[in-house]
Amino acid sequence: MSKSPVLEVNDLKTHFFTKAGVARAVDGVSFSLARGEVLGLVGESGSGKTVTGFSLMGLVDAPGKVVGGSIRLAGEELVGKSEHDWRSLRGRKIAMIFQDPMMTLNPVLRVDTQMIEAIRAHEHVSEEAARERARAALARVGIPSPDERLVAYPHQFSGGMRQRVAIAIALLNEPEVIVADEPTTALDVTIQAQILYEVQKLCAETGLAMIWITHDLAVVGGLADRVAVMYAGRIVEEGPVGEVLDGPLHPYTRGLIGSVPSHNQRGKRLTQIPGMAPSLLALPPGCSFAARCPRADAACTEMPELVSASDRRAVRCHHPHRPDEPAYEGGSA
Amino acid sequence: MSASDPLDTPTVTETTAALPAKVDTPLRRFLSDYADSPLAVVAAAVLFLIILIAIFAPWISPQDPYDLATVSIFDARMPPGSYAMDGTPFLLGTDGAGRDLLSAIFYGLRISLSVGVASGIIAIIVGMSVGLAAAYAGGRTENLIMRVVDLQLSLPAVLIALILLAILGKGVDKIIIALVVAQWAYYARTVRASALVERRREYVEAAACLGLGHARIIFRHILPNCIAPLIVVGTVQTAHAIALEATLSFLGVGLPPTEPSLGLLIANGFDYMLSGKYWIAVFPGVALLITIVSINMVGDQLRDVLNPRLQK
Amino acid sequence: MSVFILRRLLQSALVMVAMAIIVFFGIHMVGDPVYMFVSPDMDQADIEQVTRALGLDRPIWEQFWAFMTSAIQGDLGQSFVFGESALGLILQRMPATLELAFAALFLAIVFGIPLGLYAGLYPDSKTSKTIMAGSILGFSLPTFWVGIMMIMVFAVVLGWLPSTGRGETVDVFGVELSFLTLDGLQHLALPALNLALLKISLVIRLTRAGTREAMLQDYIKFARAKGLSRNRIVGVHLLKNILIPVVTVLGLEFGSLVAFSVVTETIFAWPGMGKLLIESIQQLDRPVIVAYLMMIVFLFVVINLLVDIVYSLLDPRVRLADRGN
Repeated sequence: MSKSPVLEVNDLKTHFFTKAGVARAVDGVSFSLARGEVLGLVGESGSGKTVTGFSLMGLVDAPGKVVGGSIRLAGEELVGKSEHDWRSLRGRKIAMIFQDPMMTLNPVLRVDTQMIEAIRAHEHVSEEAARERARAALARVGIPSPDERLVAYPHQFSGGMRQRVAIAIALLNEPEVIVADEPTTALDVTIQAQILYEVQKLCAETGLAMIWITHDLAVVGGLADRVAVMYAGRIVEEGPVGEVLDGPLHPYTRGLIGSVPSHNQRGKRLTQIPGMAPSLLALPPGCSFAARCPRADAACTEMPELVSASDRRAVRCHHPHRPDEPAYEGGSA
Repeated sequence: MSASDPLDTPTVTETTAALPAKVDTPLRRFLSDYADSPLAVVAAAVLFLIILIAIFAPWISPQDPYDLATVSIFDARMPPGSYAMDGTPFLLGTDGAGRDLLSAIFYGLRISLSVGVASGIIAIIVGMSVGLAAAYAGGRTENLIMRVVDLQLSLPAVLIALILLAILGKGVDKIIIALVVAQWAYYARTVRASALVERRREYVEAAACLGLGHARIIFRHILPNCIAPLIVVGTVQTAHAIALEATLSFLGVGLPPTEPSLGLLIANGFDYMLSGKYWIAVFPGVALLITIVSINMVGDQLRDVLNPRLQK
Repeated sequence: MSVFILRRLLQSALVMVAMAIIVFFGIHMVGDPVYMFVSPDMDQADIEQVTRALGLDRPIWEQFWAFMTSAIQGDLGQSFVFGESALGLILQRMPATLELAFAALFLAIVFGIPLGLYAGLYPDSKTSKTIMAGSILGFSLPTFWVGIMMIMVFAVVLGWLPSTGRGETVDVFGVELSFLTLDGLQHLALPALNLALLKISLVIRLTRAGTREAMLQDYIKFARAKGLSRNRIVGVHLLKNILIPVVTVLGLEFGSLVAFSVVTETIFAWPGMGKLLIESIQQLDRPVIVAYLMMIVFLFVVINLLVDIVYSLLDPRVRLADRGN
């Protein structure tokens, strides 16, 4: 990739200081994102992918705190910024879309109110100009008769339309990066496909970069350019989406792919990853996946580093698979 | 739906770090859960003391404030810490008739508490019967009963009691009737709610299938499960009843002057307050306050302790 | 919508009739109703004459019919003490009570919402814990006791505010109002605050609970993600969501403000219908008591009706907000 990255995250650490102890929800995450690129951030619930998203937005609330690392957006360092600076960045340079479209729009405010305020929070423009931009944004995400829809309340929209409104709001100030936290998980499959298509088109047309947080490998396969797999607060594997899905290097990625129904033949049992995701409060000293890993041995009591496996791929494992091994074996150990 | 519902939201207690109790009887667990809040323990201790004072008032009071032989009008309106002509100390001063205020408060507590508790017990019995009947009968009977309950709960208790007393007149029996009428609906609602939950449980159906009689099902199976919420509501309602009786007596429509509860003592003192003789109204007021607040605090803690088990 | 209102109107009328039946037969049950209409100093012949004149010698259902027809015409008998129409007396005293109740409602909103908001936004701060402790006290302290303490502190010890009466009033369309003069306002301050105390505690609790719940909602986080200022988020996004339940509950509580004014009016010698009620009870002025009762039931019915209608108008949004919670 020759393009200069718009977002560079380096050794990001976000910890939660709870009564029961310190939960290292994000513990040394690094990745970069080029203009127009879609990065899929994949993991189970509790793997730290959502907290990573909130860290990028400066929206981590107490008892959580970004305790280290760096986030550079278009060359500007964000970690350590004041709340005032964060506020002016959010929605203008970096925007976010949430999982449940039923919950993200304020139920008692009209759509135009919620769109116009998002513009006027960052720019001194007239109400009319802001309304015109809101109308254009609705049209751009494929909402029919945007003039009528502007004066409607959120409950008058369907789930898919509401998520389009949320995307339109994220687009209003033409940000550099959009963080999308499972935005299609709550939607029907057909509507999900429509929205994925529109998002792909947007990124290609405008050079918008996007981080798509999901647990759904199928979505990532169809949408993302690159994928990063997270486990217990760390990235365990990263690379171009096709290469990772076809030849996963990390046993965890392999397990994830094996547990997706479509990859199995009928009649065969789905492979499962044995055991449970570890508690972030009591992580084992070595590789966090070792306890569930069929390949674990004595070496795994030491934390592996994220090392390059090729010029475009990286993996955090002492015993990675070969890229040419078939992605699924059928039947677990 | 009564408007006061949002207040009833139970606060969830944090799970107690289980004490290494050797014998984990329900009572022991209850006590250790209760002791979780030191403030609630203090409140319970204070309440216990108040109850002791109320019971033993005639024996521990420095003076019998209603024995004309011991009360002298010449001692009237003396400030706290003064001495009678015969040298007896008046720790909290004296009232308008020359009674020792401390003794009057002890006797007043006795009357206030007995009226509150008596009305509470009767209201529980009435409300429990009605609530159980509603839950057990179901259908139209239940609908009708609950309509009446809702209608009554939408009117403030003080209004209901006032109107009843306006019709009935003064007297201990009359104020107890008024307090019962003003309160039974809370118990009826509580009992019906928990009885309804229990009624739908399998074991009640199983009991019915075994051919057990109505009475047996109600008293052996449904009723025991309504006890915990009843205790909680009963505690808080008793505090309300005591406050309500004090209010009514203060307004001069509650107890007759021959039964001087705390409310009446405060009313008597109110006349002297504007002339700066604060203690005659303030000390009975403080006694009333401590009583009500400690009951409420005990009730709050009981609700926290008993609730998680109800929701099993 | 109109069907809904019509049905509610019908229900309200039914409640009024039910109350009238309870009052009528309640008084019959307790004693000879003739004593409702005669003063205690009449002799036996007079009483018999009144009995006949009122038709109390006729069968009970005929009497009930007579009571109802005159009640509908607004005739609930004459006050023994004042010799005037009982209903007229109540109506004459009502503005003072309503002024007090509205002032208390105003205070409940002005104090309750900001304090509740603060306690909800910063639940762990010392100030919030103090606010919540205060609201618990506000719930458990009897109104009359707080009133007495207010008089002692502000009127007797500090001498800042008067403790009795309405002060100077202004005549507005035949209604005397206190809050338009400085003297009247000073007289209004203590009783209004006393009456408001319970409701302030209630509003604090409601607002705090609503705030804490709303702040966890995604729409608040989304609003932050848009880069909105904190003022905008709290003042618009949060407040609009919690105001609906708070206002609804307060509307329903207005009736209880009027009822509780009985206590406050007595302590502060505020010449409203609550004080009149207590005086009438003490002087056995039964027609006035009945008139007060019918009036307050009427008030409750009207308030419930209004709140129901307003609520149903807000309904689609309210339903949605509820689902969000």
